Amino acid sequence: MQTPAPFEYERATSLAGAIAALHDGDGDARVIAGGHSLLPMMKLRLATPERLIDLGDLEDELSYIREEPGEIRIGALTRHVDLLRSQVLAEQFPVFRDAEEVIADPVVRNRGTIGGSLCQADPGEDLSAVCAALKASVVLRGPAGERVVGMDGFHLGPYVTVVGFDEILTEIRIAKRPHGGSAYEKVERRAGDFAIGAAAAALNISGGTIVDAGVALSALAPTTVEIKRAEELLRGSRPSEELFAQAGEIAAADCAPTADGRGPVDYKRHLAGVLTKRALRRAAARALQKEA
Amino acid sequence: MSVQITVNINGEDVTREEEPRKLLVHFIRETPGLTGTHWGCDTSNCGACVVLMDGEPVKSCTVLAAMAEGHAIRTVEGLERDGRLDPVQQGFHELHALQCGFCTPGMLMTARALLDENPDPTEAEIRTAISGAICRCTGYKNIVAAIRWAAEHPAAVEQEA
Repeated sequence: MQTPAPFEYERATSLAGAIAALHDGDGDARVIAGGHSLLPMMKLRLATPERLIDLGDLEDELSYIREEPGEIRIGALTRHVDLLRSQVLAEQFPVFRDAEEVIADPVVRNRGTIGGSLCQADPGEDLSAVCAALKASVVLRGPAGERVVGMDGFHLGPYVTVVGFDEILTEIRIAKRPHGGSAYEKVERRAGDFAIGAAAAALNISGGTIVDAGVALSALAPTTVEIKRAEELLRGSRPSEELFAQAGEIAAADCAPTADGRGPVDYKRHLAGVLTKRALRRAAARALQKEA
Repeated sequence: MSVQITVNINGEDVTREEEPRKLLVHFIRETPGLTGTHWGCDTSNCGACVVLMDGEPVKSCTVLAAMAEGHAIRTVEGLERDGRLDPVQQGFHELHALQCGFCTPGMLMTARALLDENPDPTEAEIRTAISGAICRCTGYKNIVAAIRWAAEHPAAVEQEA
């Protein structure tokens, strides 16, 4: 039987209360939302918090997908199922729907949240790559107030982020861009599994030229990895099959996969290239459709 | 350290002293008469432990009993009404949708939730809905057919009673 080690449990009645409880826990307390990342880690003793603070009752406050004039704001307690079904996200950032269709399975998607997924920071987690490609930022709230951190500065290593022990990730912000298109490509061993490899791409195309680009990979490095050299290549270029193939070659070279039960390194590098190319192709098609 | 946990299961409040680490699947199964929910992989992969939480299917091996407090849990025992089988149960019976039966409670609850939301699902929609539930006997064909049968006979039990 897999059961977590003993811990104390409390239900947060307010965000401020949850932050205060984290602060008092002095590093031994953790917040739990859907529990589909943290509980498996606790069963394996990879996480052993002494106190769990359940955010479940804060859902009304922290579960939302809001369209603001310049950006989309997603509450941290928004569940995968709600990201999958969001019409706003489907229109603005279809990469979310692509990814959500292949994140775990529908039953798991009823519980898991975007905040939990990002904070788990599993190298094979999908939404980190999605948010990285979209150049999203996250709002971290602690005892001293809020700070906003870009996804490019969010990961410190596998399963480690910049979120402090007494901070809670409350919101994800993504700037809306005209003429944008985005897509996600993932290869998995079977339905519901973590990726063998996956690529997220976001492009803004104006007047036939790529004005901004984001490319990020999942499961192909010790953390979610942005392929900066590919982004630089794409920026200012005209979209073409040749260009996307070149970006794929860069992704294959710049990723850092390890061999494991899901495959050897050369296969994973091959996947990085192919999936990057395919994600860019679809992102461009979507951007151009919008532009037309 | 034990705490008092109350979970509403099939319309009745069940209260016990438990450690906070007690998983919902075990809380349910240790309640007299409620061993129908099966405990399988323990890793939210197999779907044998699926129950409905406020009408949505969840894997009860990855929910703490304490987290379920204040929510309505429905298990396979809660499917039949007044001694009459739910159409999904009848469908599994009619179309031989089980062999060993281990995955069946999770399949039934997942199917019930699907039909509550989408009373007329396509085969593809059924296959997607049960993609988080593993059957190692039948190969899914009869399970999909049984869920379709239930969709086509929403009042089956009443008709045959």
